[in-house]
Amino acid sequence: MSALLARFAPLRARSNAYFAQHRSLGVLVAVIVIGGALPLMSRIPPFGELQSMNAWVNAFTIAGIYALLAVGLNVVIGFAGLLDLGYAAFFALGGYTYAIVASPFFDIHLPFWPMLIVGAIIGAMFGVFLGAPTLRLRGDYLAIVTLGFGEIVPIVLLNSDPFTGGTNGLGGVDKPVIPGILEFTLINPWPFYVLMMVMIALIMIVVFRLQDSRIGRAWDAVREDELAAESSGVNTVISKLQAFAVGAAIAGFVGVFNAAKLTIVAPDQFKFVVSISAVAAVVLGGMGNPVGVAVGAFVIYLVQSIFLKQLNTLVDNFNIPVLQEIDFLEFQYVLYGRILVLMMLK
Amino acid sequence: MATASGTVRTERVRSQFLFPAVVTGFLALMLGLLGFDQFLNAMTLGAIYALIALGYTMVYGIIELINFAHGDVFMVATFVSIGVSTTLLGQTGAITDVPTLVFSLVVLFVVTIVVMAIVGALIERLAYRPLRNAPKLAPLITAIGVSFILQNIIQFFVGPYITNVPQLFSTQWSFDFGESRVPFLNLFVIGSALFLMAILQLFIARTKTGRAMRTTAMDRDASSLMGVDINRTIMITFLIGSGLAGAAGVIHGLYYGNTTFTLGFQSGLKAFTAAVLGGIGNTAGAALGGFLIAFVEVGAAAFGFGRWGGAIVFSLLVIFLIFRPTGILGSQTGDRA
Repeated sequence: MSALLARFAPLRARSNAYFAQHRSLGVLVAVIVIGGALPLMSRIPPFGELQSMNAWVNAFTIAGIYALLAVGLNVVIGFAGLLDLGYAAFFALGGYTYAIVASPFFDIHLPFWPMLIVGAIIGAMFGVFLGAPTLRLRGDYLAIVTLGFGEIVPIVLLNSDPFTGGTNGLGGVDKPVIPGILEFTLINPWPFYVLMMVMIALIMIVVFRLQDSRIGRAWDAVREDELAAESSGVNTVISKLQAFAVGAAIAGFVGVFNAAKLTIVAPDQFKFVVSISAVAAVVLGGMGNPVGVAVGAFVIYLVQSIFLKQLNTLVDNFNIPVLQEIDFLEFQYVLYGRILVLMMLK
Repeated sequence: MATASGTVRTERVRSQFLFPAVVTGFLALMLGLLGFDQFLNAMTLGAIYALIALGYTMVYGIIELINFAHGDVFMVATFVSIGVSTTLLGQTGAITDVPTLVFSLVVLFVVTIVVMAIVGALIERLAYRPLRNAPKLAPLITAIGVSFILQNIIQFFVGPYITNVPQLFSTQWSFDFGESRVPFLNLFVIGSALFLMAILQLFIARTKTGRAMRTTAMDRDASSLMGVDINRTIMITFLIGSGLAGAAGVIHGLYYGNTTFTLGFQSGLKAFTAAVLGGIGNTAGAALGGFLIAFVEVGAAAFGFGRWGGAIVFSLLVIFLIFRPTGILGSQTGDRA
């Protein structure tokens, strides 16, 4: 085995060197390989028996949403060191932006593709709008302001019935269409899956390139020592605003996809738990490591929505009275809690 | 130095004359604006918020940690109070016999406060102390984790539904005041909260431990050099803060008669807003902020904006943090925000 590995060592070294120089290409190759392997993996016995391949592909797509949220939040927390506890608010704003202009509610039906960009822009605008006055606050105060914002947005969405449909939210949101070629449907999860993989590749490339850019180096400096960064000529306010805007833009972008995928947006989807699950993913994956946080979110989502759910049905089949009483899905909260506490305490 | 002593004198004048005057004026204004019934409601709600806010403000004052789990400590307290009432005292409803009532209430408060104080100190010992010297965001994230764990424990052992709390103190007892009906329960709630706050103020101002808490808040290293046991002082702060949350939990149960595992998040955030409003680290400010938030919420409901109550309170939080992070009375913990 080791001899085999050793034979490939020069090749590995050469490919590593190549992809270090062509990172975007590396991301593309990685996404294609992983994106192709995941559905195949769901055919392997222990996974294949849990649910059908289409259900797996669907689950991977939703896991991808959480992964992108974590990647976006990682820009704010991991790169710039700003704790944002209201990240779901930007996710909500993106989703509602698309749902308002692409649903029977107002009977407006704008196409999906440009709205992805509009959602990102709306997210970034609100990021700057919230960030501009708050970024001079210290870390923990900033966390609370973002938390407050994260609470206010769902309340506003809930109570602005004429625009947002109140508690029921906006239903029947248009699905994406590639004119003349493909119409996305609820029955076939594959187009959404492929689109999700494209989005992951796109955002990963953007995030990697940002990390290496002048902006990304400024984020590093601000995170490590704000005073030193400032005296070295980094405009810390602009730098933090950029992090906030980029993070919020990614959330808005993903929010549009989420609305089109679920075909409904409602205030309940954007509760504090969503923000915290993203924070948990960032903490679990390792702050500042885009690939790590994406994997972290992926794992958290799959554990809570597949493993815990399957545990329920499994226990039901065994007819053990005590265990049947337990709803294992309830453990998702303790999952977030444990992750946060244990990762912090090491 | 002249400026410094001038500031001190201004501070003293402010706390001696301005504070009572502002409070009295504000209360009179609210009484006129809301009418007596709503005023009484707001005062009662404010008493609960104030007791929770004290825990936030004391902990923040001493270790600069937003103890995210504090609202959930309050939530757990409501469930502990159910256990004490039904299991320990064997009571499920209003007690009409006055000596039994007094005895039961004393037991209920003392046991719940002691239990929650121990829980709070345990959380500090297990989750926060190991991170004493870690970057500031680490304990904050841990606190969020603890908050989720507490919620999950209750959800797991009690269930996710709304649970009834025995109302030992009858809500029917009342006397007439002009045209309004004044339940004794409201007076009891406000009275016991004010009593606890008074004791806390005396404790912080007069005792040796209280002085240790104040010096630790001002400068941890210097007070350590002066022989203050920092770990012990911080633990006592958590004991007291969580104990007060315990009292707030008992009061919430007695007054509203129900609780659920998500109670802590909203109440906690509102109480934190109260602490910020009053000036974080400042115990008198936290009490003031608690009542203020209650008036805002009750006022919003009275004028038909009940659904917006939460949004208004959190907007206040955001606005205060941005424009006056030291709060109304000013922070007592040096360079904040």
